[in-house]
Amino acid sequence: MAISRRKFLGSLGATIGATTTGALTKAYGATNKHFKGYPEGFGVLHDTTKCIGCRKCEQACNEVNKLDKPERPFDDLKVMDQKRRTGEASYTVVNKFKGSGDVFAKKQCNHCQEPACASACFVKALKKDETGAVVYDESLCVGCRYCMVACPFNIPAYTYNDPLTPKVTKCTMCLPRILEGKLPGCVDICPREALIFGKRKDLVKLAWKKINKNPDHYIEHVYGEYEMGGTSWLYLSGIPFEQIDMREDLGVTPAPQFTSGALGTVPIIVGLWPVLLTGVYAISKRKEKIASQELEQAVKSTQALAENEMNDQLSKLKDKMTKEKETAIQNEVKKALQEAAKKAEEDAKAAQEAETGDDEAVEDTNAVDGTNAADDAVKEEE
Amino acid sequence: MEFFTLHDFMTYSKGITYLVMGAILVFMPLYWLYLTDRDD
Amino acid sequence: MGPEKAIAEKQYFTPFNVVAGIIIFVGLIITILRFTKGIGAVTNLDNNNPWGLWIGFDLLCGVSLAAGGYMTSSACYIFGLKKYHSAVRPAILTAFLGYALVVFALNYDVGRPWKLPYPIFYSQGTSSLLFEVGLCVFLYLTVLFVETTPAAFEWLGFKRIRHWVVRLTLVLTIFGVVLSTLHQSSLGALFLIAPSKLHPLWYSGYLHVYFFISSMFAGLSMVIFEGTLAHKWLHHKMDDTHLAEANGVVLGFGKAASFIMMGYVGIKIIGIAVDNNWHYLTTGWGLWFLVELIGFVLFPAILYSVGSREKNTKLIRIAAIWTVLGIVLNRLNVSLIAFNWHLPSADRYFPSFMEFFITIFIITIGVVAYRFVVTRMPILYEHPEYKKDH
Repeated sequence: MAISRRKFLGSLGATIGATTTGALTKAYGATNKHFKGYPEGFGVLHDTTKCIGCRKCEQACNEVNKLDKPERPFDDLKVMDQKRRTGEASYTVVNKFKGSGDVFAKKQCNHCQEPACASACFVKALKKDETGAVVYDESLCVGCRYCMVACPFNIPAYTYNDPLTPKVTKCTMCLPRILEGKLPGCVDICPREALIFGKRKDLVKLAWKKINKNPDHYIEHVYGEYEMGGTSWLYLSGIPFEQIDMREDLGVTPAPQFTSGALGTVPIIVGLWPVLLTGVYAISKRKEKIASQELEQAVKSTQALAENEMNDQLSKLKDKMTKEKETAIQNEVKKALQEAAKKAEEDAKAAQEAETGDDEAVEDTNAVDGTNAADDAVKEEE
Repeated sequence: MEFFTLHDFMTYSKGITYLVMGAILVFMPLYWLYLTDRDD
Repeated sequence: MGPEKAIAEKQYFTPFNVVAGIIIFVGLIITILRFTKGIGAVTNLDNNNPWGLWIGFDLLCGVSLAAGGYMTSSACYIFGLKKYHSAVRPAILTAFLGYALVVFALNYDVGRPWKLPYPIFYSQGTSSLLFEVGLCVFLYLTVLFVETTPAAFEWLGFKRIRHWVVRLTLVLTIFGVVLSTLHQSSLGALFLIAPSKLHPLWYSGYLHVYFFISSMFAGLSMVIFEGTLAHKWLHHKMDDTHLAEANGVVLGFGKAASFIMMGYVGIKIIGIAVDNNWHYLTTGWGLWFLVELIGFVLFPAILYSVGSREKNTKLIRIAAIWTVLGIVLNRLNVSLIAFNWHLPSADRYFPSFMEFFITIFIITIGVVAYRFVVTRMPILYEHPEYKKDH
């Protein structure tokens, strides 16, 4: 059933085909699809009530992975007086806690069903393998250490003191051994059946069987069944998990879910921001255009107004000038006539006295001179 | 293609989404130019 | 100008040059140490604290404080606020230098820096928000570089290519805003994957929104702050237009920052309400949260408002510095201080002397580069030949 529901994404072509044939329900199914992890994935059940803190698993891990030998030997159990975490030379550590007597718990990569580290990795250097192991590919790793930030169990370590080829180190679930048909190193050596290797789905059933069979002995909780979407390593404990340094406040949400909301907004911003911003640009541009048009118009109308006014003034001036010109001419003519008349009178008097025949011509010349003078006066005014 | 983990599904679907995003970013300015090239 | 320049060039041993020279010299020694002895030799990073000062300050603060680039260019070219035109070039230049230095600083922090192109060109981890950040920072750095080139082309006299780049201004600006929105927010979203490690008062489903909104007023404040410094030291490089518009930029940006900050305070309170985190406010962490929100967002927002109402540019400049400090505090809280808050104090991280020094070294490179460009290229003034071009 699960397979048929997932088939829709077989390829992009298939998706388009399904959509066009009207099988929209399948495409919509993606949003609430529940991923259950690789069905044949392996895991390990760690029954902490059976652990005696012999540190043999630590030693086996060290040898299998060819790690640096620690300063203090593996049979020195005093090492456990201090709480330790995984590191570049110890992919697994056993810690000692106080319960009714000493309680021991082994710590290593839990090989999450939905690994936060893989979800965080921006070069796909970390991957959930179909065997259930979360594997690391050193050749891709840039060394940003975001996986270490993301891991809710604080497992991955980094070889900080390696200048040229630093890498992330963590438990590999002994994937090479699993592929050879062997057990992981730690499980193989465990003398007390505190570690049981098997298919994860079988281990969940086994864990609950153990709890149900012995309810007084165990806390009624299989740690890792649902934590952070489930882990391949599962844990049983006789005391609350919080007391063996296993956080119970992690919740059941798989890591990729935490980021899916923010990741989902990314394409929508790419899709809509250019539309919105270009729209804003177009509006502001249009406003600018209208503003400049209005300005232009305003300038034009003021210009027209000014022109009209000037024309008015000009024509008034013209009128005034023509009038003045006319009066000036008239005045001059009058003056000239009067002068001419005066002169004629004088001439007449003189003629009467002297009796000459030239007086008409003199009169004419004077009249012409008078008009010329009037013209000159108008010109000066202009 | 079959997906067993949400992580694998997201890696695949987001991969295609990023390609779509790139296409949108190239297409939209060109479309705007086409839309407005007859404006005065 | 001629003789003055000649004198300036002869004075190699100015106090600025001497101090910068010493810092860069020591920085180079630490750089050699970093690449021959490993990250462990120079930092206090450990397996519980994989990210330190170089991510918390150099990357997170560097990117958010470089937001002035997209804020100023979008105000001028998209929103049509032409009165901020003279602020665009300095803002774009500082943004470009900021991003370039962020990428430069990453080379110190990541284990194998020569593989930094991998996520973009070789193996794309598309489910990661860091992939998103990487892709956007790469693209935006390219955009900023192109946006910076006209100044260089004017300086070098390449008229034709400058003309072509200037024609791309609008597309580049919109592209820049898209990319900035994405990576500014994604830097906050980086921490969404670790709800069990970040204190609930800082962890929120809105973390990416907070980072984006705060980057807006970070950018605005940074433009004001840089302007203050530039006026103090590079006054002679500014032309009349720049000087005439400078007060308008300060008043306008201060007002905008104040309003956005009030909105930010609002959505921060919404975040508390949505997750019902009220009870944390009475704890020590709550007090620290309130110091950040009230002391370094609300308070400078009010300073801005008073400065803007009373046209008091001095007050606005003080508010800008205060806001910048608040952004630094917020980014450090999310990435370092409130991160891994449940760990016992013995397992907590504090940067080493050399980490601090590399950070100072990188800031110094930025200041030197800014000075180099601004004293040569038309950044704070308009090139006389291109004055009528906008």
